[in-house]
Amino acid sequence: MAYSEKVIDHYQNPKNVGTLDKASKNVGTGLVGAPECGDVMRLQIEVNHETGMITDAKFKTFGCGSAIASSSLATEWLKGKSVDEALKIDNMTIVEELNLPPVKIHCSVLAEDAIKAAINDYREKNGMEKIKFEESVIH
Amino acid sequence: MLKLPIYLDNNATTPMDPRVLEAMTPYFLNHFGNAASRNHPFGWAAEEAVDYAREQVAKLIGADPKEIIFTSGATEADNLGIKGVFEMYANKGNHIITATTEHKAVLDTCKHIEKQGGEVTYLTVQPDGLIDLAELEAAIRPTTVLIAIMYANNEIGTVMPIKEISAIARKHGVLVFTDATQAVGKIPVDVNKDGIDLMAFTAHKMYGPKGVGALYVRRKNPRVKVTAQMDGGGHERGMRSGTLNVTGIVGFGKACELCMNEMESDAKRISVMRDKLENELMKIEEAYVNGSREHRLPHVANISFKHVEGEGLLMGFNKNIALSSGSACTSASLEPSYVLKALGLGDDLAHSSLRFGLSRFTTDEEIDYTIKSITDTVLKLREMSPLWEMYKEGIDLNTIEWAAH
Repeated sequence: MAYSEKVIDHYQNPKNVGTLDKASKNVGTGLVGAPECGDVMRLQIEVNHETGMITDAKFKTFGCGSAIASSSLATEWLKGKSVDEALKIDNMTIVEELNLPPVKIHCSVLAEDAIKAAINDYREKNGMEKIKFEESVIH
Repeated sequence: MLKLPIYLDNNATTPMDPRVLEAMTPYFLNHFGNAASRNHPFGWAAEEAVDYAREQVAKLIGADPKEIIFTSGATEADNLGIKGVFEMYANKGNHIITATTEHKAVLDTCKHIEKQGGEVTYLTVQPDGLIDLAELEAAIRPTTVLIAIMYANNEIGTVMPIKEISAIARKHGVLVFTDATQAVGKIPVDVNKDGIDLMAFTAHKMYGPKGVGALYVRRKNPRVKVTAQMDGGGHERGMRSGTLNVTGIVGFGKACELCMNEMESDAKRISVMRDKLENELMKIEEAYVNGSREHRLPHVANISFKHVEGEGLLMGFNKNIALSSGSACTSASLEPSYVLKALGLGDDLAHSSLRFGLSRFTTDEEIDYTIKSITDTVLKLREMSPLWEMYKEGIDLNTIEWAAH
Protein backbone atom coordinates (compact mmCIF):
# COMPACT_ATOMS: atom_id res chain seq x y z
CA MET A 1 0.00 0.00 0.00
CA ALA A 2 1.32 3.39 -0.88
CA TYR A 3 1.31 5.99 1.85
CA SER A 4 0.53 9.64 1.24
CA GLU A 5 3.43 12.05 1.31
CA LYS A 6 2.14 13.62 4.50
CA VAL A 7 2.08 10.28 6.29
CA ILE A 8 5.61 9.55 5.12
CA ASP A 9 6.77 12.97 6.27
CA HIS A 10 5.30 12.55 9.75
CA TYR A 11 6.75 9.05 9.96
CA GLN A 12 10.22 10.21 8.98
CA ASN A 13 10.14 13.44 10.95
CA PRO A 14 7.64 12.90 13.73
CA LYS A 15 6.72 16.04 15.63
CA ASN A 16 6.69 16.12 19.42
CA VAL A 17 7.83 12.63 20.27
CA GLY A 18 8.42 12.41 23.98
CA THR A 19 7.15 12.21 27.49
CA LEU A 20 5.71 14.82 29.85
CA ASP A 21 5.67 14.36 33.61
CA LYS A 22 2.68 12.12 34.20
CA ALA A 23 2.54 13.11 37.87
CA SER A 24 2.30 16.83 37.18
CA LYS A 25 -1.14 18.32 37.85
CA ASN A 26 -1.23 20.27 34.63
CA VAL A 27 -0.40 17.26 32.47
CA GLY A 28 -3.12 15.04 31.07
CA THR A 29 -2.23 11.61 29.69
CA GLY A 30 -4.30 9.51 27.31
CA LEU A 31 -3.27 5.91 26.62
CA VAL A 32 -5.45 4.16 24.06
CA GLY A 33 -5.36 1.07 21.87
CA ALA A 34 -3.93 -2.31 22.76
CA PRO A 35 -0.80 -4.23 21.81
CA GLU A 36 -3.01 -7.09 20.56
CA CYS A 37 -4.56 -4.79 17.99
CA GLY A 38 -1.19 -3.64 16.75
CA ASP A 39 -1.48 -0.06 17.92
CA VAL A 40 -1.08 1.80 21.18
CA MET A 41 -1.03 5.58 21.38
CA ARG A 42 0.01 7.69 24.32
CA LEU A 43 -0.78 11.37 23.98
CA GLN A 44 -0.01 13.96 26.64
CA ILE A 45 -1.02 17.58 26.99
CA GLU A 46 0.29 20.26 29.29
CA VAL A 47 -2.34 22.82 30.21
CA ASN A 48 -1.97 26.29 31.65
CA HIS A 49 -4.48 26.38 34.51
CA GLU A 50 -4.99 30.12 34.23
CA THR A 51 -5.70 30.38 30.54
CA GLY A 52 -6.97 26.88 29.78
CA MET A 53 -4.55 26.77 26.88
CA ILE A 54 -2.54 23.72 25.84
CA THR A 55 1.09 24.80 26.08
CA ASP A 56 2.73 21.54 25.09
CA ALA A 57 1.82 18.14 23.64
CA LYS A 58 3.84 14.96 23.28
CA PHE A 59 3.19 11.49 21.95
CA LYS A 60 4.60 8.02 21.73
CA THR A 61 2.98 5.47 19.44
CA PHE A 62 3.37 1.76 18.79
CA GLY A 63 1.80 1.14 15.44
CA CYS A 64 1.89 1.48 11.72
CA GLY A 65 2.96 4.59 9.83
CA SER A 66 -0.57 5.95 9.74
CA ALA A 67 -0.93 5.62 13.50
CA ILE A 68 2.37 7.40 14.05
CA ALA A 69 1.40 10.14 11.59
CA SER A 70 -2.06 10.58 13.15
CA SER A 71 -0.63 11.09 16.61
CA SER A 72 2.17 13.31 15.39
CA LEU A 73 -0.35 15.51 13.58
CA ALA A 74 -2.63 15.57 16.63
CA THR A 75 0.15 16.95 18.85
CA GLU A 76 0.85 19.66 16.30
CA TRP A 77 -2.78 20.69 16.27
CA LEU A 78 -3.15 20.58 20.03
CA LYS A 79 -0.37 23.00 20.82
CA GLY A 80 -1.72 26.51 21.23
CA LYS A 81 -5.35 25.40 21.33
CA SER A 82 -7.62 25.79 24.32
CA VAL A 83 -8.89 22.58 25.89
CA ASP A 84 -12.37 23.39 24.60
CA GLU A 85 -11.08 23.80 21.07
CA ALA A 86 -9.10 20.58 21.36
CA LEU A 87 -12.29 18.71 22.13
CA LYS A 88 -13.56 19.65 18.72
CA ILE A 89 -10.79 17.85 16.82
CA ASP A 90 -12.57 15.25 14.78
CA ASN A 91 -10.97 12.09 13.43
CA MET A 92 -12.23 12.83 9.92
CA THR A 93 -10.18 16.02 9.76
CA ILE A 94 -7.12 13.87 10.47
CA VAL A 95 -8.20 11.45 7.74
CA GLU A 96 -8.52 14.31 5.28
CA GLU A 97 -5.29 15.99 6.23
CA LEU A 98 -3.27 12.77 5.94
CA ASN A 99 -5.23 11.22 3.06
CA LEU A 100 -5.72 8.03 5.02
CA PRO A 101 -7.26 5.12 3.11
CA PRO A 102 -10.37 3.42 4.58
CA VAL A 103 -8.41 0.61 6.26
CA LYS A 104 -6.45 3.22 8.20
CA ILE A 105 -9.36 5.26 9.50
CA HIS A 106 -9.07 3.48 12.83
CA CYS A 107 -5.69 5.20 13.30
CA SER A 108 -7.39 8.59 13.23
CA VAL A 109 -10.11 7.37 15.58
CA LEU A 110 -7.41 6.27 17.95
CA ALA A 111 -5.85 9.74 17.83
CA GLU A 112 -9.19 11.38 18.58
CA ASP A 113 -9.74 8.97 21.45
CA ALA A 114 -6.26 9.73 22.78
CA ILE A 115 -6.98 13.47 22.80
CA LYS A 116 -10.23 12.94 24.69
CA ALA A 117 -8.59 10.57 27.15
CA ALA A 118 -5.79 13.07 27.82
CA ILE A 119 -8.28 15.87 28.41
CA ASN A 120 -10.33 13.73 30.77
CA ASP A 121 -7.22 12.73 32.66
CA TYR A 122 -6.35 16.40 33.07
CA ARG A 123 -9.88 17.24 34.21
CA GLU A 124 -9.97 14.41 36.70
CA LYS A 125 -6.64 15.42 38.19
CA ASN A 126 -7.93 18.93 38.69
CA GLY A 127 -11.22 18.01 40.31
CA MET A 128 -13.38 18.43 37.26
CA GLU A 129 -15.92 15.91 36.15
CA LYS A 130 -14.93 13.61 33.26
CA ILE A 131 -16.70 14.32 30.02
CA LYS A 132 -18.76 11.40 28.79
CA PHE A 133 -18.10 10.81 25.11
CA GLU A 134 -20.24 8.82 22.82
CA GLU A 135 -18.57 5.61 21.80
CA SER A 136 -16.62 5.95 18.61
CA VAL A 137 -18.33 4.25 15.76
CA ILE A 138 -15.37 2.79 13.93
CA HIS A 139 -13.26 0.50 16.04
CA MET B 1 28.03 -2.32 -6.01
CA LEU B 2 24.91 -2.39 -3.93
CA LYS B 3 21.76 -2.02 -5.99
CA LEU B 4 18.55 -0.87 -4.36
CA PRO B 5 15.87 -1.99 -3.73
CA ILE B 6 16.98 -5.28 -2.20
CA TYR B 7 14.69 -8.28 -2.58
CA LEU B 8 14.40 -10.43 0.56
CA ASP B 9 10.86 -11.71 0.10
CA ASN B 10 11.81 -14.92 -1.66
CA ASN B 11 9.20 -16.99 0.17
CA ALA B 12 6.60 -15.01 -1.75
CA THR B 13 8.30 -15.58 -5.07
CA THR B 14 11.83 -15.80 -6.40
CA PRO B 15 13.26 -13.89 -9.32
CA MET B 16 13.68 -16.05 -12.41
CA ASP B 17 17.10 -17.37 -13.16
CA PRO B 18 18.19 -15.94 -16.55
CA ARG B 19 19.15 -19.47 -17.61
CA VAL B 20 15.52 -20.48 -17.13
CA LEU B 21 14.31 -17.69 -19.35
CA GLU B 22 16.85 -18.67 -21.97
CA ALA B 23 15.48 -22.22 -22.02
CA MET B 24 11.92 -20.94 -22.32
CA THR B 25 12.36 -18.37 -25.06
CA PRO B 26 12.18 -20.68 -28.13
CA TYR B 27 8.87 -22.07 -26.90
CA PHE B 28 7.15 -18.71 -27.01
CA LEU B 29 7.72 -18.20 -30.72
CA ASN B 30 9.24 -21.00 -32.76
CA HIS B 31 8.02 -24.06 -30.92
CA PHE B 32 4.56 -22.85 -30.08
CA GLY B 33 2.81 -26.15 -30.74
CA ASN B 34 0.23 -27.84 -28.57
CA ALA B 35 1.81 -30.79 -26.81
CA ALA B 36 -1.37 -32.75 -27.46
CA SER B 37 -1.15 -32.31 -31.26
CA ARG B 38 0.04 -35.74 -32.28
CA ASN B 39 0.03 -35.30 -36.04
CA HIS B 40 2.65 -32.70 -36.90
CA PRO B 41 6.14 -31.50 -36.03
CA PHE B 42 4.86 -28.52 -34.03
CA GLY B 43 3.07 -30.81 -31.64
CA TRP B 44 5.96 -33.26 -31.55
CA ALA B 45 8.44 -30.53 -30.59
CA ALA B 46 6.17 -29.36 -27.80
CA GLU B 47 5.57 -32.86 -26.53
CA GLU B 48 9.25 -33.63 -26.57
CA ALA B 49 9.99 -30.49 -24.57
CA VAL B 50 7.33 -31.40 -22.01
CA ASP B 51 8.65 -34.95 -21.71
CA TYR B 52 12.14 -33.65 -21.11
CA ALA B 53 10.94 -31.17 -18.51
CA ARG B 54 8.93 -33.89 -16.81
CA GLU B 55 12.14 -35.87 -16.43
CA GLN B 56 13.99 -32.87 -15.02
CA VAL B 57 11.23 -32.24 -12.51
CA ALA B 58 10.92 -35.91 -11.53
CA LYS B 59 14.66 -36.27 -11.07
CA LEU B 60 14.85 -33.44 -8.55
CA ILE B 61 12.41 -35.21 -6.24
CA GLY B 62 13.48 -38.79 -6.95
CA ALA B 63 10.25 -39.65 -8.76
CA ASP B 64 9.32 -41.37 -11.99
CA PRO B 65 8.36 -38.91 -14.77
CA LYS B 66 4.98 -40.63 -15.04
CA GLU B 67 4.25 -39.54 -11.49
CA ILE B 68 4.34 -35.81 -12.32
CA ILE B 69 1.05 -34.04 -13.07
CA PHE B 70 1.61 -30.50 -14.27
CA THR B 71 -0.74 -27.88 -12.86
CA SER B 72 -1.03 -24.10 -12.82
CA GLY B 73 0.82 -23.91 -9.52
CA ALA B 74 0.92 -25.21 -5.97
CA THR B 75 -2.56 -24.00 -5.04
CA GLU B 76 -4.09 -26.08 -7.82
CA ALA B 77 -1.89 -29.03 -6.89
CA ASP B 78 -3.02 -28.70 -3.24
CA ASN B 79 -6.64 -28.71 -4.35
CA LEU B 80 -6.20 -31.61 -6.74
CA GLY B 81 -4.21 -33.69 -4.28
CA ILE B 82 -6.48 -33.26 -1.28
CA LYS B 83 -9.90 -33.09 -2.92
CA GLY B 84 -8.82 -35.75 -5.42
CA VAL B 85 -7.93 -38.22 -2.66
CA PHE B 86 -11.00 -37.35 -0.59
CA GLU B 87 -13.27 -38.14 -3.53
CA MET B 88 -11.32 -41.15 -4.86
CA TYR B 89 -11.13 -42.88 -1.48
CA ALA B 90 -14.63 -42.01 -0.31
CA ASN B 91 -15.48 -45.66 0.22
CA LYS B 92 -12.53 -46.03 2.61
CA GLY B 93 -13.26 -43.05 4.81
CA ASN B 94 -13.79 -39.33 5.05
CA HIS B 95 -11.25 -38.14 7.61
CA ILE B 96 -8.21 -35.95 6.92
CA ILE B 97 -5.52 -34.83 9.35
CA THR B 98 -3.72 -31.55 8.79
CA ALA B 99 -2.14 -28.81 10.92
CA THR B 100 -3.12 -25.27 11.85
CA THR B 101 0.03 -23.77 10.31
CA GLU B 102 -0.63 -25.03 6.80
CA HIS B 103 -0.91 -22.63 3.87
CA LYS B 104 -4.38 -21.28 3.12
CA ALA B 105 -4.47 -23.37 -0.06
CA VAL B 106 -4.51 -26.46 2.17
CA LEU B 107 -6.60 -25.07 5.03
CA ASP B 108 -9.31 -23.67 2.80
CA THR B 109 -9.38 -26.87 0.76
CA CYS B 110 -9.94 -28.77 4.02
CA LYS B 111 -12.69 -26.32 4.99
CA HIS B 112 -14.33 -27.03 1.65
CA ILE B 113 -14.11 -30.76 2.31
CA GLU B 114 -15.78 -30.28 5.68
CA LYS B 115 -18.69 -28.67 3.88
CA GLN B 116 -18.85 -31.74 1.63
CA GLY B 117 -19.31 -33.98 4.66
CA GLY B 118 -15.65 -34.70 5.33
CA GLU B 119 -14.08 -34.60 8.78
CA VAL B 120 -10.84 -32.79 9.38
CA THR B 121 -8.53 -32.78 12.40
CA TYR B 122 -6.35 -29.68 12.66
CA LEU B 123 -3.29 -30.52 14.73
CA THR B 124 -1.83 -27.70 16.78
CA VAL B 125 1.92 -27.19 16.63
CA GLN B 126 4.51 -26.91 19.38
CA PRO B 127 6.19 -23.56 20.10
CA ASP B 128 8.93 -24.46 17.61
CA GLY B 129 6.37 -24.93 14.84
CA LEU B 130 6.67 -28.73 14.63
CA ILE B 131 3.78 -31.10 15.12
CA ASP B 132 3.83 -33.67 17.90
CA LEU B 133 4.14 -37.12 16.28
CA ALA B 134 2.35 -38.89 19.13
CA GLU B 135 -0.53 -36.49 18.72
CA LEU B 136 -0.59 -37.21 14.99
CA GLU B 137 -0.74 -40.94 15.54
CA ALA B 138 -3.46 -40.57 18.16
CA ALA B 139 -5.54 -38.57 15.70
CA ILE B 140 -5.64 -41.39 13.14
CA ARG B 141 -9.04 -43.09 12.91
CA PRO B 142 -10.21 -46.10 10.92
CA THR B 143 -11.80 -43.59 8.54
CA THR B 144 -8.63 -41.53 8.02
CA VAL B 145 -7.68 -41.42 4.35
CA LEU B 146 -5.07 -38.68 4.26
CA ILE B 147 -2.48 -36.86 6.34
CA ALA B 148 -1.71 -33.46 4.81
CA ILE B 149 1.31 -31.84 6.45
CA MET B 150 3.50 -29.28 4.73
CA TYR B 151 7.18 -29.99 4.15
CA ALA B 152 8.37 -26.55 5.20
CA ASN B 153 6.44 -23.57 6.45
CA ASN B 154 6.18 -20.46 4.30
CA GLU B 155 6.34 -17.96 7.17
CA ILE B 156 8.90 -19.42 9.54
CA GLY B 157 10.67 -21.96 7.35
CA THR B 158 10.24 -24.79 9.86
CA VAL B 159 10.85 -28.19 8.23
CA MET B 160 8.44 -30.89 9.38
CA PRO B 161 9.62 -34.45 10.14
CA ILE B 162 8.06 -35.81 6.95
CA LYS B 163 9.90 -39.13 7.09
CA GLU B 164 8.60 -39.84 10.58
CA ILE B 165 5.13 -38.67 9.61
CA SER B 166 5.01 -40.99 6.62
CA ALA B 167 6.28 -43.93 8.70
CA ILE B 168 3.32 -43.45 11.03
CA ALA B 169 0.96 -43.08 8.07
CA ARG B 170 2.26 -46.28 6.45
CA LYS B 171 1.72 -48.21 9.66
CA HIS B 172 -1.94 -47.24 9.57
CA GLY B 173 -2.45 -47.48 5.83
CA VAL B 174 -3.03 -43.74 5.45
CA LEU B 175 -1.80 -41.70 2.48
CA VAL B 176 0.58 -38.75 2.96
CA PHE B 177 0.17 -35.50 1.08
CA THR B 178 2.70 -32.72 1.55
CA ASP B 179 2.75 -29.17 0.32
CA ALA B 180 6.46 -28.85 -0.44
CA THR B 181 6.25 -25.48 -2.17
CA GLN B 182 8.94 -23.89 0.00
CA ALA B 183 11.16 -26.95 0.28
CA VAL B 184 11.64 -28.37 -3.22
CA GLY B 185 14.75 -26.93 -4.81
CA LYS B 186 16.00 -25.57 -1.49
CA ILE B 187 16.65 -28.75 0.47
CA PRO B 188 16.86 -32.38 -0.67
CA VAL B 189 13.36 -33.80 -1.08
CA ASP B 190 13.03 -37.43 -2.16
CA VAL B 191 9.54 -38.84 -2.43
CA ASN B 192 10.75 -42.41 -1.86
CA LYS B 193 13.13 -41.79 1.02
CA ASP B 194 10.55 -39.46 2.58
CA GLY B 195 7.65 -41.85 1.96
CA ILE B 196 5.48 -39.23 0.28
CA ASP B 197 2.38 -40.31 -1.68
CA LEU B 198 1.33 -36.94 -3.05
CA MET B 199 3.25 -33.68 -3.16
CA ALA B 200 2.50 -30.18 -4.39
CA PHE B 201 5.20 -27.77 -5.51
CA THR B 202 5.69 -24.87 -7.87
CA ALA B 203 8.23 -23.32 -10.22
CA HIS B 204 8.15 -19.70 -9.09
CA LYS B 205 9.58 -20.40 -5.64
CA MET B 206 12.66 -22.00 -7.18
CA TYR B 207 13.74 -19.43 -9.77
CA GLY B 208 11.25 -20.63 -12.37
CA PRO B 209 8.26 -18.89 -13.94
CA LYS B 210 4.91 -18.21 -12.28
CA GLY B 211 1.83 -20.10 -13.41
CA VAL B 212 3.22 -23.61 -13.43
CA GLY B 213 3.50 -26.23 -10.72
CA ALA B 214 3.11 -29.93 -10.21
CA LEU B 215 1.42 -32.59 -8.19
CA TYR B 216 3.44 -35.71 -7.60
CA VAL B 217 1.19 -38.77 -7.45
CA ARG B 218 2.77 -42.09 -6.43
CA ARG B 219 2.31 -44.92 -8.90
CA LYS B 220 3.80 -47.83 -6.97
CA ASN B 221 3.60 -49.03 -3.36
CA PRO B 222 0.87 -47.95 -3.19
CA ARG B 223 -0.60 -46.87 -6.50
CA VAL B 224 -2.39 -43.64 -5.69
CA LYS B 225 -5.22 -42.17 -7.68
CA VAL B 226 -6.93 -38.82 -7.54
CA THR B 227 -10.26 -37.74 -8.94
CA ALA B 228 -9.83 -35.02 -11.54
CA GLN B 229 -11.08 -31.61 -10.43
CA MET B 230 -11.42 -30.20 -13.91
CA ASP B 231 -13.26 -31.75 -16.84
CA GLY B 232 -11.91 -31.64 -20.36
CA GLY B 233 -9.56 -33.31 -22.78
CA GLY B 234 -8.10 -35.77 -20.32
CA HIS B 235 -4.55 -34.42 -20.28
CA GLU B 236 -2.02 -35.56 -17.71
CA ARG B 237 -3.34 -39.11 -17.67
CA GLY B 238 -6.82 -37.85 -17.10
CA MET B 239 -5.98 -36.18 -13.81
CA ARG B 240 -5.66 -32.63 -15.03
CA SER B 241 -7.33 -31.52 -18.24
CA GLY B 242 -6.23 -28.37 -20.00
CA THR B 243 -3.69 -27.57 -22.70
CA LEU B 244 -0.24 -27.83 -21.22
CA ASN B 245 1.62 -24.62 -20.48
CA VAL B 246 4.58 -25.76 -22.57
CA THR B 247 6.74 -22.67 -22.08
CA GLY B 248 6.14 -22.65 -18.34
CA ILE B 249 6.79 -26.38 -18.08
CA VAL B 250 10.07 -26.01 -19.97
CA GLY B 251 11.09 -23.27 -17.53
CA PHE B 252 10.00 -25.37 -14.57
CA GLY B 253 12.14 -28.25 -15.83
CA LYS B 254 15.17 -26.03 -16.29
CA ALA B 255 14.68 -24.52 -12.84
CA CYS B 256 14.58 -28.04 -11.35
CA GLU B 257 17.74 -29.03 -13.19
CA LEU B 258 19.57 -25.96 -11.89
CA CYS B 259 18.40 -26.63 -8.34
CA MET B 260 19.47 -30.25 -8.66
CA ASN B 261 22.99 -29.14 -9.55
CA GLU B 262 23.30 -26.07 -7.36
CA MET B 263 21.06 -26.62 -4.36
CA GLU B 264 23.81 -27.87 -2.10
CA SER B 265 26.27 -25.07 -2.79
CA ASP B 266 23.48 -22.48 -2.80
CA ALA B 267 22.21 -23.69 0.57
CA LYS B 268 25.66 -23.50 2.11
CA ARG B 269 26.31 -19.97 0.92
CA ILE B 270 22.82 -18.70 1.67
CA SER B 271 22.71 -20.16 5.17
CA VAL B 272 25.95 -18.36 6.05
CA MET B 273 24.33 -15.06 5.04
CA ARG B 274 21.08 -15.94 6.81
CA ASP B 275 22.96 -16.80 10.00
CA LYS B 276 24.90 -13.55 9.85
CA LEU B 277 21.70 -11.57 9.33
CA GLU B 278 19.99 -13.37 12.17
CA ASN B 279 22.89 -13.21 14.61
CA GLU B 280 23.42 -9.50 14.01
CA LEU B 281 19.73 -8.69 14.37
CA MET B 282 19.54 -10.80 17.52
CA LYS B 283 22.00 -8.38 19.08
CA ILE B 284 19.12 -5.96 19.29
CA GLU B 285 17.51 -6.15 22.73
CA GLU B 286 14.26 -8.13 22.93
CA ALA B 287 14.50 -9.74 19.51
CA TYR B 288 13.19 -13.28 19.10
CA VAL B 289 13.53 -15.90 16.38
CA ASN B 290 10.20 -17.53 15.57
CA GLY B 291 10.07 -21.26 14.94
CA SER B 292 12.71 -23.95 15.21
CA ARG B 293 16.21 -22.76 14.37
CA GLU B 294 17.40 -26.32 14.00
CA HIS B 295 14.74 -27.77 11.70
CA ARG B 296 14.60 -24.95 9.25
CA LEU B 297 15.09 -24.03 5.62
CA PRO B 298 18.54 -22.55 5.02
CA HIS B 299 17.29 -19.30 3.54
CA VAL B 300 14.54 -18.27 5.95
CA ALA B 301 14.48 -16.26 9.17
CA ASN B 302 11.48 -14.89 11.02
CA ILE B 303 12.25 -12.46 13.80
CA SER B 304 10.06 -10.45 16.17
CA PHE B 305 11.24 -7.15 17.57
CA LYS B 306 9.24 -6.64 20.71
CA HIS B 307 7.38 -3.36 21.22
CA VAL B 308 7.75 -2.28 17.60
CA GLU B 309 4.89 -2.85 15.19
CA GLY B 310 5.72 -4.76 12.01
CA GLU B 311 4.10 -2.53 9.45
CA GLY B 312 5.51 0.60 11.03
CA LEU B 313 8.86 -1.12 10.97
CA LEU B 314 8.58 -2.04 7.29
CA MET B 315 7.76 1.54 6.46
CA GLY B 316 11.19 2.57 7.71
CA PHE B 317 12.94 0.79 4.88
CA ASN B 318 10.48 -0.75 2.46
CA LYS B 319 11.48 1.64 -0.30
CA ASN B 320 14.87 -0.05 -0.24
CA ILE B 321 14.29 -3.53 1.20
CA ALA B 322 11.44 -5.82 0.19
CA LEU B 323 10.33 -7.88 3.17
CA SER B 324 7.10 -9.08 4.62
CA SER B 325 5.63 -8.82 8.09
CA GLY B 326 3.42 -11.08 10.17
CA SER B 327 1.45 -8.02 11.12
CA ALA B 328 -1.80 -7.75 9.29
CA CYS B 329 -2.22 -4.05 9.72
CA THR B 330 -2.13 -3.73 5.95
CA SER B 331 -5.19 -5.89 5.55
CA ALA B 332 -8.59 -4.90 6.83
CA SER B 333 -8.73 -7.76 9.30
CA LEU B 334 -6.17 -6.45 11.82
CA GLU B 335 -5.51 -10.07 12.70
CA PRO B 336 -1.81 -10.87 12.81
CA SER B 337 -0.31 -14.02 11.27
CA TYR B 338 -2.21 -17.18 12.21
CA VAL B 339 1.01 -19.15 11.87
CA LEU B 340 2.81 -17.08 14.49
CA LYS B 341 -0.22 -17.21 16.76
CA ALA B 342 -0.27 -21.01 16.36
CA LEU B 343 3.25 -21.07 17.82
CA GLY B 344 1.78 -19.52 20.93
CA LEU B 345 3.11 -16.04 20.28
CA GLY B 346 1.08 -13.26 21.83
CA ASP B 347 -0.55 -10.88 19.42
CA ASP B 348 2.02 -8.25 20.37
CA LEU B 349 4.96 -10.38 19.22
CA ALA B 350 3.07 -11.62 16.17
CA HIS B 351 2.47 -7.98 15.22
CA SER B 352 6.20 -7.28 15.59
CA SER B 353 7.61 -9.82 13.19
CA LEU B 354 9.57 -9.66 9.96
CA ARG B 355 10.05 -12.53 7.53
CA PHE B 356 13.32 -12.76 5.64
CA GLY B 357 13.66 -15.00 2.59
CA LEU B 358 17.08 -15.04 0.95
CA SER B 359 17.86 -16.40 -2.49
CA ARG B 360 20.57 -17.59 -4.82
CA PHE B 361 21.00 -13.96 -5.86
CA THR B 362 21.34 -12.42 -2.39
CA THR B 363 24.71 -10.79 -1.75
CA ASP B 364 26.79 -10.03 1.33
CA GLU B 365 26.47 -6.30 0.66
CA GLU B 366 22.71 -6.62 0.69
CA ILE B 367 22.78 -8.43 4.01
CA ASP B 368 25.07 -5.80 5.55
CA TYR B 369 22.82 -3.01 4.34
CA THR B 370 19.75 -4.81 5.67
CA ILE B 371 21.28 -5.38 9.11
CA LYS B 372 22.11 -1.71 9.49
CA SER B 373 18.84 -0.45 8.09
CA ILE B 374 16.68 -2.64 10.27
CA THR B 375 18.70 -2.07 13.40
CA ASP B 376 18.45 1.71 12.94
CA THR B 377 14.71 1.57 12.32
CA VAL B 378 13.99 -0.67 15.30
CA LEU B 379 15.95 1.62 17.61
CA LYS B 380 14.27 4.73 16.20
CA LEU B 381 10.78 3.28 16.55
CA ARG B 382 11.44 2.08 20.06
CA GLU B 383 12.28 5.64 21.04
CA MET B 384 8.79 6.39 19.78
CA SER B 385 7.07 3.38 21.36
CA PRO B 386 5.11 3.83 24.59
CA LEU B 387 5.34 0.07 25.16
CA TRP B 388 9.11 0.18 25.02
CA GLU B 389 9.15 3.04 27.54
CA MET B 390 6.88 1.11 29.90
CA TYR B 391 8.97 -2.01 29.47
CA LYS B 392 12.09 -0.02 30.32
CA GLU B 393 10.37 1.37 33.42
CA GLY B 394 9.72 -2.18 34.51
CA ILE B 395 5.96 -2.06 34.00
CA ASP B 396 4.41 -5.44 33.23
CA LEU B 397 2.34 -4.72 30.13
CA ASN B 398 0.03 -7.60 30.95
CA THR B 399 -1.17 -5.79 34.07
CA ILE B 400 -2.44 -2.82 32.08
CA GLU B 401 -6.09 -2.69 31.25
CA TRP B 402 -5.99 -1.78 27.60
CA ALA B 403 -8.90 0.20 26.25
CA ALA B 404 -11.02 -2.14 24.18
CA HIS B 405 -10.41 -1.25 20.59
